[in-house]
Amino acid sequence: MSLSAQDWLMLFVHMMTLSLFTIGGAIAAAPDMHRFVVDQHHWLSGQAFANSITVAQVAPGPNVLFVAVLGWNMGVQSAGGLSAGWSAAAWGGLGAGLCLLGILLPSSLLNYTATQWAHRHRHRLPVRAFKAGMAPLVMGLLLSTAWLLSGEHAADWASVARGGITVACALLMWKTRIHLLWLMAGGATLGALGWI
Amino acid sequence: MFTWMALQGFGGVLAVVQRILVDDKQWMSIEEFVEQWSVAQVLPGPNVLNLCIILGGEYFGWRGAVVATLGILTAPCALVLMVAAWFSSVSDHAAVQGALRGLAAVVAGLIMATALRMSPAISISPLGRGFALALVVLTFVLVGLLHVRLIWVLLALGSVSCVWAAREIRRRQ
Repeated sequence: MSLSAQDWLMLFVHMMTLSLFTIGGAIAAAPDMHRFVVDQHHWLSGQAFANSITVAQVAPGPNVLFVAVLGWNMGVQSAGGLSAGWSAAAWGGLGAGLCLLGILLPSSLLNYTATQWAHRHRHRLPVRAFKAGMAPLVMGLLLSTAWLLSGEHAADWASVARGGITVACALLMWKTRIHLLWLMAGGATLGALGWI
Repeated sequence: MFTWMALQGFGGVLAVVQRILVDDKQWMSIEEFVEQWSVAQVLPGPNVLNLCIILGGEYFGWRGAVVATLGILTAPCALVLMVAAWFSSVSDHAAVQGALRGLAAVVAGLIMATALRMSPAISISPLGRGFALALVVLTFVLVGLLHVRLIWVLLALGSVSCVWAAREIRRRQ
């Protein structure tokens, strides 16, 4: 599905508005991006959306880069797939840059100006109330993202197995100091063998 | 400098940043780090990037903030796009799709673990444990299951929650 200039602008504006709500990291805004990009505008399939997040998480670097991968995939798809060659890469680059700039610019500007203020007033009531009040919401948003990523939820053996792996990995990472790469290698192997 | 840290950070950069800034370079104490980190966490935006902006800005003004941001983003961004491009050329293989499904389950666990690490903050919350837990569940149901727009959920639940927290903190003082 091809995106017009107006579509790109809408996407950029949506990312800018989301930017100010990415408390707890950009990944907390993933469910809302899913709603906008997949459910509402059908610019990406649900599968492609989930793949984008996974690819970005597997590669090193800040997690926010999943937004760049989303933009890249939308650009490439809009140009007719990678078989279109350099024009697809150019559109992908444009999409990645636009999405990343949109999600980062407002929050970064706010951050730069607000940190000095918040640091000076960290014992003041509004700052403490904001911290305490937002914590449960952030936790709920993270759980929503985990739910979204764990794929389609059907009553079959594979879904249950995937859910089990998710919970097991969460507990391992919470309670032990096991290196993430082992868990990723394990999950990829099980998946490649077709067990889950 | 920031580029080097970013490239070591699989699945999130926090642990690497802390080790290098505090242990190796000794630019700041662990207490300073934790405080800056909690500020970076409360503000919107990616935590690690927020921290870069705070640190870069503190030591070198706004130019420092821009350089730190570019440093931590550029190389990983190029890398991740290459991975994405490569992936789409092999994505038709059943084994690759299976591997990705497995990876997605692990990554979902990683994000769930991040949520679990916040549970101490929930249990000592001035909101009271029960009320805080109810907010967690309500947010999950609204956003995760019912796909309500994030902005409405944050405005509605967030304002109730913050006002309530302010009341409780004031009452205890």
